[in-house]
Amino acid sequence: MSLVLEGVRAPLGPFTLAVDAAATARVTAVFGPSGAGKTSLLEIVAGLRRPAEGRVVLNGRMLDDAAAGLHLSPRLRRVGYVSQDDTLFPHLPVDRNLGYARGASPAALARVADVLELPPLLHRMPGSLSGGERRRVALGRALLASPEILLLDEPLTGLDAPLKERVLAHLLRIRGEFAVPMLYVSHSPDEVIALADRVLVVERGSIALQGAPGEVFERSAEPGYTVRPHGTSAPD
Amino acid sequence: MGAFGLTLEDVGILWFTVRVALLAVALLVVPGVALGWLLARKDFRGKALVETLAALPLVMPPVATGLLLLKLLGRRGPFGRLWQSLFAADLAFTWRAVVAAMMVMSLPLLVRSARVAFEEVSPRLEAIARTLGAGEARVFGTVTLPLAMRGIVAGLLLAFARALGEFGATILVAGNIPGRTTTLATGIYGYVQLGQDDRAFRLLAASVAIAFFAVLLGETWLRRRRR
Repeated sequence: MSLVLEGVRAPLGPFTLAVDAAATARVTAVFGPSGAGKTSLLEIVAGLRRPAEGRVVLNGRMLDDAAAGLHLSPRLRRVGYVSQDDTLFPHLPVDRNLGYARGASPAALARVADVLELPPLLHRMPGSLSGGERRRVALGRALLASPEILLLDEPLTGLDAPLKERVLAHLLRIRGEFAVPMLYVSHSPDEVIALADRVLVVERGSIALQGAPGEVFERSAEPGYTVRPHGTSAPD
Repeated sequence: MGAFGLTLEDVGILWFTVRVALLAVALLVVPGVALGWLLARKDFRGKALVETLAALPLVMPPVATGLLLLKLLGRRGPFGRLWQSLFAADLAFTWRAVVAAMMVMSLPLLVRSARVAFEEVSPRLEAIARTLGAGEARVFGTVTLPLAMRGIVAGLLLAFARALGEFGATILVAGNIPGRTTTLATGIYGYVQLGQDDRAFRLLAASVAIAFFAVLLGETWLRRRRR
């Protein structure tokens, strides 16, 4: 799989998002402090935000080409977007949320529900679910649209530690069982190290650094928000 | 004498009023909801004008609206003529004028409620539905409309209530012709004018009963939807 962002520019209030990057790994993490433009980057790939300049190419398909005026509808992009806010359809029970995408077959639904341990929740309404349960349903719903890439915006934020572990375990299972590449936004080095094959470090809208998580993070550093670049590798 | 001491004529008035009010609201559903959606979700040239026009019957004296309608629907008015040439029938001073008066007076209430209901549906949810492969029609039918449904039904109820009680515009454009255009409201007025207070009071009781059941029905439905 390949997601290529070529000269993508989008004004974001205090600064401009300016990204040139290619994500070819199974799991590519987008790492950086809050307000660095990570979510906007995902929204551009999902088609919810239109870049002012540049091109977005997914597996050879042009999703955005600002110069040519091309902006493919989110409907046709084949991207699964799991946002940070709660976006389950509140009027539909869990099974109908999961099966919302047209292509979701009952067999696929059963398999995804199994992997995410959702069967006991299938007939509940979203309003009665806990935060972790909602995340899992949102994840399953995105997966069932058979996306070419999963865009995950901080899927573990706001969960308490044991719940984080559980959802992380589910993410690892997804990584193993479904051949869906992921773009994974996070501001936690631990998550990035646990999940990602590659990491893009975003600061004030630009990619400050990229590489394997082991190279990018100094593993001995105390866990936290600070990026500690290894050696002197210049941003490319 | 029927139930509650209503005469056959009273029952006729009651039945007529409910029927025309239901028809008026039924005819309003699509344009009212569409207009509410348009005002909530789209920006277009002349939006302020459309907003103002849609709210006008709410602020104008109903009798003034009725006079305007009379000019439009009367034999020499543009709509009256058009109707005459199409169906060889009159609009003004017929049951059709009652429906028209009810529609015009109820429209603002439905549009307002629908608009607020649509504004409360998160565009985010609609965007997510699109990323899941849903086209605009499916997004509207499966996300936007169901989530706005409570507000829309509340608006329909308000519109129906407004239509049932419509007086000012109706009396001008449809008059109070016994057996043809008399509604509960104009009937009560007419009976009082004629000094037939007992008949007026029977219609009053009927009005209260209808209002009571309409509100009860609506509230029950809304409560059931409240999860």
